[in-house]
Amino acid sequence: MTEIAMPAPADGFLRRGVGAALPVLTVLLAIIVIWYLAAVWMNAQWVQDQAARAGTEVGFGDLVRQTLTQDRPVLPAPHQVAIGWWDGVFGQKITSKRSLVYHGWITLSATLAGFGIGTVAGILLAVGIVHNRAMDQSVMPWAIASQSVPILAIAPMVIVVFASAGVTGLLPKAIIAAWLSFFPVLVGMVKGLRTPDAMQLDLMRSWNASPRQRFWRLRLPSSLPYLFASLKVAIAAALVGTIVGELPAGATAGLGARLLSGSYYGQTVQIWAALFAAAMLAAVLVIVVGVIEKATLTRMGLAR
Amino acid sequence: MKNHLPVIHADNISLTFQTADGPVHALKDVSLTINQGDFVSFIGPSGCGKTTFLRTIAALETPTGGVLDVNGMTPDQARKARAYGYVFQAPGLYPWRTIAGNISLPLEIMGFAKADRKQRIARVLDLVELGGFGGKFPWQLSGGMQQRASIARALAFDADILLMDEPFGALDEIVRDRLNEALLELWRKTRKTIGFVTHSIPEAVYLSTKIVVMSPRPGRITKIIDSPLPAERPLEIRDTPEFIALAHEVREGLREGHGYD
Ligand SMILES: Nc1ncnc2c1ncn2[C@@H]1O[C@H](COP(=O)(O)OP(=O)(O)O)[C@@H](O)[C@H]1O
Ligand SMILES: [Mg+2]
Repeated sequence: MTEIAMPAPADGFLRRGVGAALPVLTVLLAIIVIWYLAAVWMNAQWVQDQAARAGTEVGFGDLVRQTLTQDRPVLPAPHQVAIGWWDGVFGQKITSKRSLVYHGWITLSATLAGFGIGTVAGILLAVGIVHNRAMDQSVMPWAIASQSVPILAIAPMVIVVFASAGVTGLLPKAIIAAWLSFFPVLVGMVKGLRTPDAMQLDLMRSWNASPRQRFWRLRLPSSLPYLFASLKVAIAAALVGTIVGELPAGATAGLGARLLSGSYYGQTVQIWAALFAAAMLAAVLVIVVGVIEKATLTRMGLAR
Repeated sequence: MKNHLPVIHADNISLTFQTADGPVHALKDVSLTINQGDFVSFIGPSGCGKTTFLRTIAALETPTGGVLDVNGMTPDQARKARAYGYVFQAPGLYPWRTIAGNISLPLEIMGFAKADRKQRIARVLDLVELGGFGGKFPWQLSGGMQQRASIARALAFDADILLMDEPFGALDEIVRDRLNEALLELWRKTRKTIGFVTHSIPEAVYLSTKIVVMSPRPGRITKIIDSPLPAERPLEIRDTPEFIALAHEVREGLREGHGYD
């Protein structure tokens, strides 16, 4: 009876794990290889200029080595970015202006504030649209118009207007973040609040439920799967908005400011390290929302 | 014969839907009296207005002609007085609420006190034989049990009138037999007035005290049959000559209705 060999569970698990990771690792490896090649190619000019100025010749080995160890390369090599990132995150006091944790926190706080404002605004507008005919016909075109204006054009205006009123720091950036993040919430919530089918609404009517009861007990809970899907988009959008809000001159703190000061001084490694920090922050935020989503929807029996 | 007060009185009800393809006469000159404690089945081919008539009684649709009287009120007044328990083909339970929570929902909406709610939930769960399942979530129950829970929900607030639109239509034959038996038992215990839409002749004959045969285009009543069957009805009654004769009469009624096509 025991002759029939069953694959050990651990074995199966391992195989599945490797099976899932393999394509990802392959792509990652390919990116890194291409990146190194690009770094050598793009930084070679500088090495050759230096050599020409000094009147020397560089061999291929020297050329490659020098392209990957410059202070201000056109394109820093992956290991330079990694070291820059590591140093920025772990190598500094977190209160230091050179710490990515410091700048990351500035960006994160504005992102969360903007995300909060955007989410509340999106939900309120959606509630209005679903319950009010006039809003149903008037709000959406404006919301769409607001998103078709380039945020890069809006951001400096917001910063300047707030600054002239004496408001700087978190709030103006949060407004820009909210500008981007309210829209997905609005679209998702309008759809979500409209999911209850005719039968559910008829039941509510047969119980003589008030509009308020219908909203809190039926429409709102039914909309949560849509809300969470939107929140994942919204929080990433809020981060983008915050970073864009940190780019206009004057900002000294935040990942966006770090990007900008890097480009002023040709600190490409700093730019790339800040870029990766921002990308990781985005990933973490989306994952956190995803975890809350999964827990909530599973508990509500709405997980799909 | 006891308590034969008229509860629902429809006098020449018409309902025409204006659609893009022109008017649809969902109901035309429908007159019917339903008495307290009646079990009335509506049977007829698809589109003959069974659903529309039930919805009109519950004030979910407004007739375009005729007068409808429920307990001496308009249907909408009756709805506001919480006279209707409505059961649809799908159970329509909220997945985020337990079975008890689902039954509690209309009670919360109607403002019943917590202790009262608890008592009522326990009572109706027993009535539909789901005692002990109150803490379960809908997905943990079979389709038949979910439908029973939705009936319990409709019973919990003591509506006089139970309106059921093909409540067992999505269930298999065996479960359906079982639920029909349970429904009769429940009706005997509660003495509710029940309006019941079905496609099935045996179901209509087995359950009803009054069978209303309808016919489409325009939706109308072609025959009203008062059942001679006794109130006490074991499932085996379906093999008796009386039952078979009644089923035959209903079938004839349906055929005559089709004759107008
Ligand atoms: N809301 C509506 N708008 C337009 N036509 C409708 C509507 N509801 C029902 N009808 C039409 O009315 C007729 C009767 O429908 P219904 O009462 O659902 O029939 P049944 O329940 O007997 O199958 C059908 O022709 C249907 O298409
Ligand atoms: Mg129908």
